[in-house]
Amino acid sequence: MSATGIGAPVRRKEDFRFITGQGQYTDDVTRPGETRAVFVRSPHAHAKIKSIDVAAAKAMPGVIDVLTGAQLATDKIGNLICGWMIHSKDGTPMKMSAHPALAATKVNCVGDAVAVVIAESVALGKDAAEAVVVDYEVLPAVVDPAKAQASGAPQIHADIADNTIYQWHLGEKKDVDAAFAAAKHVTKLDIINNRLVPNAMEPRAALADYDAGTDNLTLWNTSQNPHVARLVISAFVGMAPEHKLRVIAPDVGGGFGSKIFIYPEEVVCLWASRKVKRPVKWTSDRSEAFLTDAHGRDHVTHAELALDANGKILALRAKTIANLGAYMSTFSSSVPTYLYATLLSGQYNIPSIYCEVDAVYTNTAPVDAYRGAGRPEATFVVERLVEVAAREMQIDPADLRRRNFITAFPHQTPVIMAYDGGDYNASLKKAMDMADVKGFPKRKRDAARNGKLRGLGYSTYIEACGIAPSQAVGSLGAGVGLWESAEVRVNPTGSVEVLTGSHAHGQGHETTFAQLVSERLGIPIENVSIVHGDTDKVQFGMGTYGSRSGAVGMSAIVKALDKIEIKAKKVAAFMMEAAEGDIEFKDGKFTVAGTDKSAAFGDVALNAYIAHKFTGAELEPGLKETSFYDPTNFTFPAGCHICEIEIDTETGKTEIINWTAVDDFGTIINPMIVEGQVHGGIAQGVGQALMEGAYYDAAGQLVTGSMMDYSMPRAHDFPSFHVGMTETKSPSNPLGMKGCGEAGAIASPAAVINAITDAIGTEAIAMPATANAVWTALQKLQAPKAA
Amino acid sequence: MAAVSMTVNGKAVTGDVEPRTLLVQFLRENLRLTGTHVGCDTSQCGACIIHLDGIAAKACTTLALQCEGSSITTIEGLAEPGGALHPMQEAFREHHGLQCGYCTPGMIMSALDIVRRNGNDLDEHLIRDQLDGNICRCTGYHNIVKAIESGAKNMAAK
Ligand code: FES
Ligand code: FES
Repeated sequence: MSATGIGAPVRRKEDFRFITGQGQYTDDVTRPGETRAVFVRSPHAHAKIKSIDVAAAKAMPGVIDVLTGAQLATDKIGNLICGWMIHSKDGTPMKMSAHPALAATKVNCVGDAVAVVIAESVALGKDAAEAVVVDYEVLPAVVDPAKAQASGAPQIHADIADNTIYQWHLGEKKDVDAAFAAAKHVTKLDIINNRLVPNAMEPRAALADYDAGTDNLTLWNTSQNPHVARLVISAFVGMAPEHKLRVIAPDVGGGFGSKIFIYPEEVVCLWASRKVKRPVKWTSDRSEAFLTDAHGRDHVTHAELALDANGKILALRAKTIANLGAYMSTFSSSVPTYLYATLLSGQYNIPSIYCEVDAVYTNTAPVDAYRGAGRPEATFVVERLVEVAAREMQIDPADLRRRNFITAFPHQTPVIMAYDGGDYNASLKKAMDMADVKGFPKRKRDAARNGKLRGLGYSTYIEACGIAPSQAVGSLGAGVGLWESAEVRVNPTGSVEVLTGSHAHGQGHETTFAQLVSERLGIPIENVSIVHGDTDKVQFGMGTYGSRSGAVGMSAIVKALDKIEIKAKKVAAFMMEAAEGDIEFKDGKFTVAGTDKSAAFGDVALNAYIAHKFTGAELEPGLKETSFYDPTNFTFPAGCHICEIEIDTETGKTEIINWTAVDDFGTIINPMIVEGQVHGGIAQGVGQALMEGAYYDAAGQLVTGSMMDYSMPRAHDFPSFHVGMTETKSPSNPLGMKGCGEAGAIASPAAVINAITDAIGTEAIAMPATANAVWTALQKLQAPKAA
Repeated sequence: MAAVSMTVNGKAVTGDVEPRTLLVQFLRENLRLTGTHVGCDTSQCGACIIHLDGIAAKACTTLALQCEGSSITTIEGLAEPGGALHPMQEAFREHHGLQCGYCTPGMIMSALDIVRRNGNDLDEHLIRDQLDGNICRCTGYHNIVKAIESGAKNMAAK
């Protein structure tokens, strides 16, 4: 391993600009003559718009224009769409409502935009927005997914009965029912997977610039996938032909899924820029972000596990209602279906599984992928069921897991996925050693002496990353392919630019991708630049989400580098007057086998461009290659997280005492970055388990609409984490990588709740297990004794 | 509009601002010092932290006019003029204390104030406690805490 190659903890190339305040986030970009967009948003969760009067606002100082949904419709700006088709059990397609970027006739959630003020400054725009008079006829609202389908529930979209988007299922019900009938033990759980607000620290922003001279539109926005944004805004919204629209996602301050989607605000900025013929910028307030960023999770589930007398799992069944909010966001339909039910086998050999999912509309913000997307929900169901079953059957929870682990690969689960490799016993064992599980009973006794309750919880999770191949996801309803592209440009001086369709918003691709190139071409890492996030530079790409950039994005780079090597060898053969087949390439040097002739990589690059040693008929000049890589399968990272907690019985407060994570991510390019991803994921999962929750009141007002009300995890909510690795390589891509971005968030909620329920001795606790919730549960337990 | 003058990163600056202009807007929009970020609107996240007369302050909760005659340091003013990084900046890079980088300027400015208040020998518990006013969504804080501990030590060695 070289100091900067694969496996080295190279310090990040991107850090210098960030630690010196020179990052370029969307709001940092300015254009001459820039105006600011301020949205007028509905204060009601559900209402008819009777009229909108913009006259007073238009007359305010600094106001350039005030635009409404009626004008949007006149200009034939299309609706936002959901790009993944799901069919119900009865074969009917999902029911997608219209989603205009500005509501014209009806609002369906608080924060729905009804008009936009274009002004010389944000302050003047805000003044004018207050002068826009909207006459609403308020309608009753429904916010609880479990109540959305009830007869008499408010009807959100006139053409969609019972607020039901689809009623989908996966698996063989007959087999599952038979297994349950024969089971010795059945564990049943009712689970609410709490609604979360992603809260990337950089709020969403968009800057649109229309160039009347060329009729070109440029959009800078906070996107995880600028090419997909361009495609949707062009092909579906109809804003401009794809070649007349450039999308640039510069530095992006975190995404976690929330910046995958195409949102109304960027559409409106583009449209407004063309109308007012000046650049238009919008930057979200945090309060706006709470109301309008796509939220995550929000499942209501009943789940059951059937076991035989020895604790062998026979079957699993689950019925889930998934809240998709007021409109279907870009990939919302896939999250509670193919990203959820397909993972219900966990790390276990479960002969039959059946899952039903109803997706519903409510008068809340749209819900879509948030770190893990469906897989945290699945893991929570499986890992809670297994843990509770072990307790009920009085089998050690680690032991019950071992009895059911899949140990032979490939393994076809009953829910589509074919696991290609892994060693679940290895990660469990290593985690148990690192967490000193043996010493736990003593620590529990010691804690009890101090009046504290100690608990230990496991989560042996699996996830599916790098969702692929395109043909397979197409057959499941995806509207796009899920390959990735890479272009490797070797310059005449031997430095290299890699243009990638992946997008980094904290993951460190500028470093890890460069490590790969440095190792492969034997050139210093400083001589490699990674270019991403601009549709004018990178031809096409699918962006970054689902922990796909390593397994898919880097594989595309490998394929392009293969082609570079082949071409460079041809050049080297001409230079050294040798047969192409005799050229060897190692450590940045081309040699002729059996001779002492050699040429450095830089010399070969130069010769590829000056083309003095070969004719155009013999070889094309230049050294630039492209690859589009489509994987053969998903990858399956897996591991074991163990959480040890202590509860103060007086206050109900849970303190995390020790966190152990052992993950199998396959090949690791940069262990420092991978560990960082694990830390961040754990923090988000612990946040979900202990403190975070988005709440709407019955009228549809978001009660947790700011960082004063929505509990964001802070430094003092955590200990330092103990992170370890095991490694089995993924057979599905050339580097053997599996993906690490979401594992922490997927594994951790179940580990926390398993630990808390272990400590307090009741399963009746929901997420977030706040101090109040735990204290209340403890009081309930004591109540019968007091009576 | 009202005139305001202050010293920012050692340079005298003046501006003509609406009275409601926040310091963070003045820095970002008037002076184009965009290293100071805005992550919330309730003074919770600390992405906007700068030093106001040597003490950490949230620039999102300070009016530009309040800073008349003051001396401000932002993230852009930390490295030496020749380009050498401040030890705390260096520590964040060395310990991978940042991912997306959005919270980072505020974290570094806050870290320096923790050192000012508590000296160079900081323990993990104290750092975690005193980072209460800074939110990071990416790192889980693990490496930020390590960076601050090490940066504080290296400042003493300098
Ligand atoms: S922007 Fe100042 S505290 Fe969040
Ligand atoms: S590094 Fe992204 S918010 Fe802290």
